[in-house]
This record gives sequence, structure tokens and C-alpha cells, in this order.
Amino acid sequence: MFKVKVYVTLRESVLDPQGTAVKSSLAKMGYEGVEDVRIGKYMELMIEDKGQDIEAAVKDMCGRLLSNPVIEDYRYEIEEGVVS
Amino acid sequence: MKFAVIVFPGSNCDVDMYHAIKDELKEEAEYVWHDTESLEDYDGILLPGGFSFGDYLRTGSIARFSPVMREVEKAAKAGKPVFGVCNGFQILLEAGLLPGAMHRNESLKFICRHVELKVENNETMFTSAYEKGEVISIPVAHGEGNYYCDEETLAILEQNGQIVFTYNGENPNGSVRNIAGIMNEKGNVLGMMPHPERAVDPLLGGADGLKLFQSILKQWRESHAVNA
Repeated sequence: MFKVKVYVTLRESVLDPQGTAVKSSLAKMGYEGVEDVRIGKYMELMIEDKGQDIEAAVKDMCGRLLSNPVIEDYRYEIEEGVVS
Repeated sequence: MKFAVIVFPGSNCDVDMYHAIKDELKEEAEYVWHDTESLEDYDGILLPGGFSFGDYLRTGSIARFSPVMREVEKAAKAGKPVFGVCNGFQILLEAGLLPGAMHRNESLKFICRHVELKVENNETMFTSAYEKGEVISIPVAHGEGNYYCDEETLAILEQNGQIVFTYNGENPNGSVRNIAGIMNEKGNVLGMMPHPERAVDPLLGGADGLKLFQSILKQWRESHAVNA
């Protein structure tokens, strides 16, 4: 079994209204020096090991559904031999 | 003219759309469930607003893979009018039938009220009954109507007259260049955040949206007459 961790974040060129709101809330709470907050998504996928090209499959999933390339970037980590 | 009103799990403006066609435009409309595999019988395709698949992951991202969307793409290619409102617009963006993407309103608030729109381009099959520059009042109801595209895409949209509606005066959601609605380059696929189907009867607060549906019908009748 593969355990795939996918991180989806807004592209730097795209404003993040949620991140901005959280940043100003942190400042109001007294946390100094928080210069930027960007909010993203974290997903975990458990995928059966069938000897497939797992990296190609994950890239395909990320590009087609898990992220929207117009506004988001993604990165992933693949753990092999995970027992579910 | 026969319209398909596509219904996804979570659509909630399908009845408004049906009412606009059936009772106000007085043409044929049928509800079409999202797993339908043919749209050949229909002359126009309508994607209504709502929260398809609960807005999970991203708005429209899951609906975009419903079986009916292959047919919507086919219809778009064939030149049939395809019109998405609100969530319908979001689905068209996710499907790549229109350029750009949608994200959260700048205010982070769900907005639900009438806004003023300016008709930027009236030389389209969706807006021929309006005057160029005409200001109309149409309701919006969305949390994610903040349209985004990169500068290169924006330049292309502007150059081709693909920006059909903009917000007049105050921009309710922070969209690029005050965009409220855009069409594809070919001019037969339109997506917009405001709801013209909710503005088709003065008794219900205004009828400025009706001309949009009348424009579609007019274009269809003209091309139909030529073909016949």
C-alpha cells in the first residue's frame, strides 16, 4: 500500500482572502511578526500497490482533480510499503 | 426551442431556470439528471446554480466529471448555446469550457442581493436584446464568485470581447476587472455569477434577466429559419 500525502496551496500570484483574515486575527491576538498566512489543503490517499507508475498516477490526479492549476500549486510525498 | 436544465446532486436553482424558460420565455424545458449520456434532443443547455456535490474540494470540481459533462462539451463544440449561472459558471470553468478559475469572495461573506451589471458586449447570442452599455439589475447569491485569470488570459478576453457583463459601480466579490460574466471565444458558451433566471418577472423584483433568454431564442429562431 502507498500512502500519498498531497499538499495543495494557492499560487503566489493569487490573493488569499482567508489567509489575510487569519493573519489579521493573529495580529489582534498579540502574535507579533506574522508577516503572511496562506491557507491550503492537505489530503491523504491510500493506494493499492499494483506495481503501477505511482508517481505518474498521483501527478495525473493532482492535475485533473485534486488541484486547479489555474490558481493552485501542489506537491506530494509518497510512502511505500504502508500497512493499512 | 427545447432547453435542457442540467440537475446535479446539490443544484438548487434548477426550478428557477425551468420557470424562466417555461413560464416566462414560453419555450420547452426539461430537467436532465447529471448521469444522462445524451443531449442530442436539446437546442440549448442550461447549467443552474446551487452547490453541486456540496462544493466539496472546489466549487464545480466534482460535477465537472459527471457523465453529462461530456455531452455538454459536445454541445459546446457543435455550437449550441451553453449557459451556466453561478455554480453552473463554476462548473464550466472547472471543465475548461471557459478560461480562469473561481475563488472565495474577497469579503469572505456569502452575498445575496441585487447588483447592477453593465452589458459590455451586446453582439452575442446571449445579449443581442440589450443595448451596449445598458445597466441592468440582477440578483447575486454566492460565496465564491471572485473570478480570477492571469493577465495574459485577461488581455485575450478583452481583445475578443469575451467579457460580456461587468459589475457596475461596486464590485461585490473582488473579481478581476469587475468581471461578472464571460463567454468562450466562439461565443456560444456563457458563464455568469448573477442570476438572470431570478429576474424574469416584475412581480418578483425585476425582469431585466428575461432579455438574455429572449436573445438566445431569437438567435436560435434566425439560424433555424436559415437552415430550414
